[in-house]
Amino acid sequence: MTSSEVTVIDYGVGNLLSVQRGLEHCGAKVSVSSDPEEILSAKRVVLPGVGAFGNAMQTLEGLGLVEVVREVAHRQTPLLCICLGMQLLMDESEEFGITAGLGLIPGRVIPVPIRTTSGDSQKIPHIGWNVLQPSCESGSWKNTILQDNMVGETAYFVHSFMAVPDDSSHRIADCLYGGHKIAATIGRNNITGCQFHPEKSGEVGLKILRRFCRD
Amino acid sequence: MPYGVNNSERLIMRNIRLIARLDIKGPNLIKGIHLEGLRVMGSPNEHAIRYYQQGADELIYMDCVASLYGRNNLSEIVRAAAKNIFIPMTVGGGIRSVDDATQILRAGADKVAVNTAAVATPQLITDISRRFGSQCMVLSIEAKQVRPGQWEAYTDNGREHTGLDVVEWVKRGVALGAGEVLLTSVDREGTRKGFDIELVKAVTSEISVPVIASGGMGKPEDVLDVVVEGGADAVAMADILHYKRADINEIRMFAKSESLEVRHYDQLRSHCN
Repeated sequence: MTSSEVTVIDYGVGNLLSVQRGLEHCGAKVSVSSDPEEILSAKRVVLPGVGAFGNAMQTLEGLGLVEVVREVAHRQTPLLCICLGMQLLMDESEEFGITAGLGLIPGRVIPVPIRTTSGDSQKIPHIGWNVLQPSCESGSWKNTILQDNMVGETAYFVHSFMAVPDDSSHRIADCLYGGHKIAATIGRNNITGCQFHPEKSGEVGLKILRRFCRD
Repeated sequence: MPYGVNNSERLIMRNIRLIARLDIKGPNLIKGIHLEGLRVMGSPNEHAIRYYQQGADELIYMDCVASLYGRNNLSEIVRAAAKNIFIPMTVGGGIRSVDDATQILRAGADKVAVNTAAVATPQLITDISRRFGSQCMVLSIEAKQVRPGQWEAYTDNGREHTGLDVVEWVKRGVALGAGEVLLTSVDREGTRKGFDIELVKAVTSEISVPVIASGGMGKPEDVLDVVVEGGADAVAMADILHYKRADINEIRMFAKSESLEVRHYDQLRSHCN
């Protein structure tokens, strides 16, 4: 596999090492950076994230990276946003009050429902392996970042909030938690978000990272 | 009920996690009985990779002697594992501060398991949970039965009394911010006699966070009772895997055949790398 270059944005949150190692395992040459110039000139960009929404936006803002990520998106550079990174793509989040997001995919971030659709209480955060299902009626992931994945494969989730895109055509895959549909993968043009952790989802996640490095 | 749920309201059980537990001493994977009489099994990484390829849902690394010496030696082992293992890893043994937790998470761990230091300073549970999220803070409990229906929490790998009642301590730990409980039965550990179902049930019926049952798995069938009767959300396995008496895929197939919900894992596909 020819080596592809990926820049992982370092804004002081999360387990960057696992993301880096996952990409490297897929043949990518990875640099980890918070330097606006380096990120803007990158061939591919990954926005990881673990933690709270407001805190993450503040940190990005403080590093001068909010506009940088928006610019990356506008320049059509492939951008993969993981977990909290995916939630940051939305307009705003309800986590600890309303906080504005990057606004790259229209929609909101709301809490994962504390009750199942049949009214039983359910565990929050949603932690563990869950099944990926296509969001659209056609049931196909052709020409999406999931095109190498099979329907029914499982990925590893850890989250208490979830992104709800306004436009259902931005949903690529969902998972079901207590009967509720949770957006698992979303996408718009060059932008992709995964609520689950591809770097912790075994071969299923590596296929996604490999596809990201190839496209 | 502030901390938990009663049985009629038991949370829906889904995708029971099958976890490989690796107890480490120095550079070696070891295995004991009742957490003692440690026998060297080999290289942690070789075993970990094998379990990853068999489809383990997670790995747990425990430094067995860390508390004794007041340090955790696992950073390097975890850092090496993160090169070619892409599933969640929990690391415990000798984590005494938020800084220790930070270091181990930077090495590639996703969660930290804390026992001894949490007993000494319960505030540590809150501090780790606030800093990294409750999903990251696993309360590790070493339980020994003291009389029917009652267990005492031990520290330092089952060596030191705490005087704490297991159920009360778990409830307190969850209230302080623990997001998951690793519940090891010292009585059953390494015995292959099956899990201490009563212990697991006593804990799962009182708290709402996930409980990993550990200690005693001798055969695939043991998974059934601890999940259905005990209410465990995950099972940790060591002896049965290290001695190759069953592999994770066989255990997964057995669980499926008994209608337990486990992750779909396509072993053949995952090997086409």
